[in-house]
Amino acid sequence: MADYSWPEADRRALIGSRPARLDGPVKSTGFAKYPSDQNPSGLLAAKILTCPHAHARIVGIDTSAAEAMPGVRVVHVIQGEGSEIQWAGDEIAAVAAVTEEVARDAVRAIRVDYEVLPHFVTEEDRDGAPDARAAGERAEGDPDAAFATAHRTVERTLGMPQMAHMCLEPHGQVCSWDGDELEVHASTQAVSTLAGQFATELGVPASQVRIRTEYMGGGFGSKFSPDRWGIVGAELARKAGAPVKLFLERDQEVTVAGSRPSAFARIRAAADEQGRLVAWDSDSWGSGGLPGTGQTPLPYVFSRLPNRRTRHTSVPTNLAGSRAWRAPNHPQACFLTMAVLDDLADELGLDPIDFLERNLDLTGRADTYREQFAIAAEMASWKERWQPRGRTREGAVHRGLGVSVHTWGGRGHSSNCDVTVHPDGAVEARIGSQDIGTGTRTIVAQVLAETFGLELNQVRVSLGDNVYPQSGPSGGSSTVGGVTASTRRAAQDALREVLVHVAPRLEAEPEQLVAGGGRVFVDGDSSRGMSWREAAAQIGGAPISVQGRNPGPGRLISSGVGGVQIAEVEVDIETGVVHVERVIAVQDCGLIINRRLAESQVYGGLIMGVGYALYEEWIPDPVSGRLLNADMEFYKLAGLVDVGSLEVHMMTGPGYDERGVIGLGEPPVISPGAAISNAVANAIGVRVPYLPLTPDRVLDALAGRGGPA
Amino acid sequence: MTDDAKRSGLSRRSFLRGGAAGALSGGLAAGLLTGEAAGAAAATDAEAPDTVGPGPVEIELEVNGATRRLAVEPRVTLLDGLRDRLDVTGPKRVCDRGTCGACTVLEDGRPIYACSRLMIESAGRSITTVEGLGSPDAMHDVQQAFVENDAQQCGYCTPGFVVATAALLARHPAPSEQEIEAGLGGNLCRCGTYKGIRAVVEGAGGGGVSGG
Amino acid sequence: MRPFGYAAPATVDQAVGLLEAEGSEALAGGTDLLSLLKDDVERVDRLVALRGVPGLSGIELDGGMLRVGAMTTLQELRDDDGAIAALPALAVAIDGVASPQLRAMGTVGGDLLQRPRCWYYRRGFGLLALAADGRSMVADGDNRYHAIFPEGEARFVNPSSLAPLLVALGAEAVVHGPAGERRLPVEALYRAPQAAGERENTLAPGELLVGVEANVEGSRSAVYEVRQRRALDWPLMAAAVSLTGSGPRTERARIVLGHAAPVPHVATAAADVLSGQELTPETVAAAANAAVEGARPMSGNRYKVQLARTAVRRALGRAAGMEI
Repeated sequence: MADYSWPEADRRALIGSRPARLDGPVKSTGFAKYPSDQNPSGLLAAKILTCPHAHARIVGIDTSAAEAMPGVRVVHVIQGEGSEIQWAGDEIAAVAAVTEEVARDAVRAIRVDYEVLPHFVTEEDRDGAPDARAAGERAEGDPDAAFATAHRTVERTLGMPQMAHMCLEPHGQVCSWDGDELEVHASTQAVSTLAGQFATELGVPASQVRIRTEYMGGGFGSKFSPDRWGIVGAELARKAGAPVKLFLERDQEVTVAGSRPSAFARIRAAADEQGRLVAWDSDSWGSGGLPGTGQTPLPYVFSRLPNRRTRHTSVPTNLAGSRAWRAPNHPQACFLTMAVLDDLADELGLDPIDFLERNLDLTGRADTYREQFAIAAEMASWKERWQPRGRTREGAVHRGLGVSVHTWGGRGHSSNCDVTVHPDGAVEARIGSQDIGTGTRTIVAQVLAETFGLELNQVRVSLGDNVYPQSGPSGGSSTVGGVTASTRRAAQDALREVLVHVAPRLEAEPEQLVAGGGRVFVDGDSSRGMSWREAAAQIGGAPISVQGRNPGPGRLISSGVGGVQIAEVEVDIETGVVHVERVIAVQDCGLIINRRLAESQVYGGLIMGVGYALYEEWIPDPVSGRLLNADMEFYKLAGLVDVGSLEVHMMTGPGYDERGVIGLGEPPVISPGAAISNAVANAIGVRVPYLPLTPDRVLDALAGRGGPA
Repeated sequence: MTDDAKRSGLSRRSFLRGGAAGALSGGLAAGLLTGEAAGAAAATDAEAPDTVGPGPVEIELEVNGATRRLAVEPRVTLLDGLRDRLDVTGPKRVCDRGTCGACTVLEDGRPIYACSRLMIESAGRSITTVEGLGSPDAMHDVQQAFVENDAQQCGYCTPGFVVATAALLARHPAPSEQEIEAGLGGNLCRCGTYKGIRAVVEGAGGGGVSGG
Repeated sequence: MRPFGYAAPATVDQAVGLLEAEGSEALAGGTDLLSLLKDDVERVDRLVALRGVPGLSGIELDGGMLRVGAMTTLQELRDDDGAIAALPALAVAIDGVASPQLRAMGTVGGDLLQRPRCWYYRRGFGLLALAADGRSMVADGDNRYHAIFPEGEARFVNPSSLAPLLVALGAEAVVHGPAGERRLPVEALYRAPQAAGERENTLAPGELLVGVEANVEGSRSAVYEVRQRRALDWPLMAAAVSLTGSGPRTERARIVLGHAAPVPHVATAAADVLSGQELTPETVAAAANAAVEGARPMSGNRYKVQLARTAVRRALGRAAGMEI
């Protein structure tokens, strides 16, 4: 078995460097064609009629007026008479027409009569929920005895609401049929797995479904499936005999196409006189819409905490089901845990970093966190600047510092990659992965070019198409490990085949040869070599084509990272407005392929974190059951000037690189909610129990109206 | 951009072909608020204009330097007209309610939300989309700086941000924090590319981006 | 958007004539009206485009009188050095619209007459948002952004960025209609509707706001907005103040709250507190407290009472040039 490994640090030309993303120019000029930009000839526009009620039964539906409209090609009923609708925004019917305007006219012309049924959408009110379900209870040790003898105990009720993925390119696709062959330009995170799902629903073999996603406008865990609108779009196209574009309108996107489950908990935690955690008791609940939620993993990171009891209640609501959201469950568990531990540190009169450090043996990676606390504290000048709660103020503006820790896996997923070397020296990789903005296209090219000793512009990468070898969906921070491992294995194998052909010409053994600087030469004697072009010419008339796979042999990837973040905030105590001044992220990550893109992932996580810490929440209306902010006006994303100064320290290089490649997309988004909440508590002296930290919640906390705690 | 502004000196009158009387270019008529100007104008042009639509109305406008003629219903937004009718897909439809900035284009040199302008209102005017600023082989300085500073991830907000940034830097080549706030407050990104965009804008003072 | 016709008048009189017809609406910058049409909250048969009407846009500063045409964009006004020098608070009010796109499109008239952002109204439940049983959806539902001075069942807030300042200055609106011109105080443009179908402004069919006039001499004015985000965001509360008087004493004060009531809320009691007084931390605090007298917050917007006090105090501080 050949040896698969990354080049030694002193032999890396591209890996670990900072090349610009390869698709930057087409994106920054607007030339990149996204799925929603596809305008094939004869295209029809499709729109969906949704239910305005959170819970209702359809008692009648009349599509005749819509069908009679000029320009309407197909009217398709998705849920007909008798159907019980469980959330506002659920799909009732769809129309394909010659223009978007006509399609919308036709949707408005469909008449649906509903019997409106009672709804429940406010899961923080667990006691008012009609259908709350116990979802697990676990105990270890003797929490009651431990609380009874503890030195200090805090009890808090905390929570964070459901929030939206808010992909900028809405979910949707363009479907075109050629006979019984279907082509789908989909905005998806799962190019290689989508075809099978379409095929099953549509009754055609998966081999006849082509999925294409050259670019896509944002995926944070909600774009893994064709979804109902995907199947309906394909059905409309089949019935119309014409291509159909169906992308959700923004209000639909916010309402049905992805949300993160909420998490609430009443938590007690206790420590002894040495500041050691001795007991934990949490009673958590939450909702991911109609399906409710599973257990929130508490206590987070400090999971070896002795004497603990955890209970969880799942609270179904009349809202669309949640989807995986960047680091599923972790941001919620992190906030609930780190806020309570921060309050306990305050109760103990300890610097929170000191307190967390005293308890690192309760985590799975004490050494990593200790190192990260030191780096982060240094970057923040924590020792000089941190003060106990409520002591740092200038007039109405109070400043505070907060800290949090997190963990994630990030092992590379299943991935196949074909690498071909042509006799003219051209090198290409084909991989059924997708670049969702993380830079997959660029890192595959880097691995390819690195392996063959070429420049980045001398290799070609084709992805975003399921005709290429299957590669896993982009979720769980699994893509970078998966695609770089499969590419590296294929490239190393292909290079070895080339070297076998070249070796006789250089009067050397293949094992003695290396590729670098656009040449192939004897290792240690670069005068005995030839250009890459000449080397490739030695393979004969046919190209060499090799498939690499992940998982596979060799230590190319691993998983399991820690991270520490420190946030600094300013709080105006007379308005309750919080501004994040600075976020520092120290992130454990193993070998980095592209420093620039890796840092962008961390910055992106921090920015999204500022968003859910301060601004983002689904606001369901208890009266109508509809979301009141299914838009971008009152569903507030952080703007450029709202995110403060962001500083990143990547734990990479000698001593870290040996772990291989580990995914990075998710871990940085976990801690900001907790770190920012802790910074606000540090600034104003009291805990604001709920995220996001909006002025009403901050002022309520300051006034002693801290919610149900 | 300054070039685009120059190109717009055409009278609007001839570009609405559906029968609507065009209007003269703006400017405050002295004394209007006391009623004199309105009275004077009415005296010279008493005939009421035709109402066009709701069916398609032929219009003409300039898009990225080329004159485009098409028939659109009055209700079609500039954004949908560009994307659906003219296949100019750089500007993106995201919020469709004048909030997120992904559809930002220049109209006679000024940044606007194309989702919140009726296309018929842009008749006779000059529209510059992100594609009109530069191409992958000949990028505008701002586009180049977006690439170099990794000011894009999925890239869906990028066209709007590039146009807004170009407009900001054209007005303020070395913008202050307050000018950045005022100049880029109307665009949103989901992936979190603000660090790179800020680097584009703040690098501008150092001569990296001319903004022109 | 449903289908509609489109007419581009060449004169104000033509516009007035077109607007007299039922189902016609004036189209200014479009940033609000198009959203209402897309959401099917408002319907029109015909839009009357004001963009090309000569004389509707422009800025004049004549002695102490500032005249601004209704179709002047916010950016044009912001870029007018004379107007901003004469009335620096205008810059604060306009910069609160933290989007160059909206400032380039949005007009002075459009800002003053934009429809409420109430999320019940925008979702088709009507301005008063009364449920079938007559109960207020706002009172029973989520009212975090709603009025702390509701008037009857009108619980939305006036969203205008310029109205509080203009009302504080005692500005006049100039309106043309079928019967000719009329002038009215800017606050008289607004009312709190009490029945379904009533609007929140007082313009009659065919009437067109053509501009505003304000005396900007002899007073010190200021605006303070509380916004959660620095990027484009609606103020949670706004206060505008205008103070006249020579020497340390205030002869006359006008204090107006925005985003507090269905109309720009003139805080008469607060102004009375300052009448004849010197501005001191104590008098300012007393005025701020008086400004929220009679506030009737709902289940989720009690915090806005505190925001109103703060906004008044800070606006007064700005007007007086002091840290308060």
